[in-house]
Amino acid sequence: MSFLDLSKREVHVKIVYYGPGRGGKTTNLLHIHEAMTDAVRGQMVSIDTKQDRTLFFDFLPLSIGKIFGFDIRIQLFTVPGQVIYNATRKLVLKGVDGVAFVADSQVSQREKNIESLENLRDNLADIGVDISKIPLVLQFNKQDLAAEGIPLLSEADMVSDLNSVYNVPCFNASALTGEGVFETLREISKTTVKSVARKLMPSLTSGMT
Amino acid sequence: MEFVLSEKTLQVIDGVLDEDLLSSGATCALLVDRSGYLIANRGDPSDIDVVALAALSAANYGVTEEIARLVGEDNFSLLFHKGATENIHYTKIGDDFFLITLFNKDVSLGLMRLKTAKVKSHLLPILQEDN
Repeated sequence: MSFLDLSKREVHVKIVYYGPGRGGKTTNLLHIHEAMTDAVRGQMVSIDTKQDRTLFFDFLPLSIGKIFGFDIRIQLFTVPGQVIYNATRKLVLKGVDGVAFVADSQVSQREKNIESLENLRDNLADIGVDISKIPLVLQFNKQDLAAEGIPLLSEADMVSDLNSVYNVPCFNASALTGEGVFETLREISKTTVKSVARKLMPSLTSGMT
Repeated sequence: MEFVLSEKTLQVIDGVLDEDLLSSGATCALLVDRSGYLIANRGDPSDIDVVALAALSAANYGVTEEIARLVGEDNFSLLFHKGATENIHYTKIGDDFFLITLFNKDVSLGLMRLKTAKVKSHLLPILQEDN
């Protein structure tokens, strides 16, 4: 559920980073947090286990520019990727406006990527959202592992596995080095804000104050 | 679903929170939506990061509701955290919002429960009417 505050002239949108466990969702947010100035970012909150796996979610609020004179406030969340945490994934998805799906490019993770994307589709359906109607961006993460000789899926294979149906923007990335992180954020922010603005257009243009 | 908050509605909400909660000793009252957005914020949260508090509380509230469901309850009627000096009380307002009330050890839980119930009855029609 996006939220338009006509008093403070702010638009609030919620973007969730989704994907298989240990895929780099939290690392994406950490990189964004480190690269942003204090004027743009809020406090990053992480609820993780002792093994550094996300237990519930990470949360990072950002302020990025304006639309129709309204300040845009983006709340970034991650979900826990491990299969057993599906109940918490559903909770974090509540009110989502856009999704960045972080896939793990390692050959060994191929099935987990596909399962996680199907899980996203099912969990969105459970809260009444059609995955083909919500802003979605794919990120093929861990490209840096190729330099270490770890076999990675080709971009064509990743597209065939994950993007043949939805045909959404996708980016190669290495959250660890920062490659592709901001391209992913920029694209999902842009499409999500556009989508929310379309829905809120009458209120945005009239001001309703 | 989108939620649009007009300046007039926010003024009414602020007035209700001031009159019913802050005047009764609450240090801070936050109206939050179930997605984690902070809708209104009254009182003196001093150095608390209220944006993070709203997001974490939405998660906390959702988890508690799921736990209730697991044990066969619709929801628990009381969600309250007691600290050495600060306490937090949560009140569900309709399906999409909840109220976070912070109060210190000098204020009784019973009084806050009475006051938050009153706030709920005031805010529910306003929030439903606005959207």
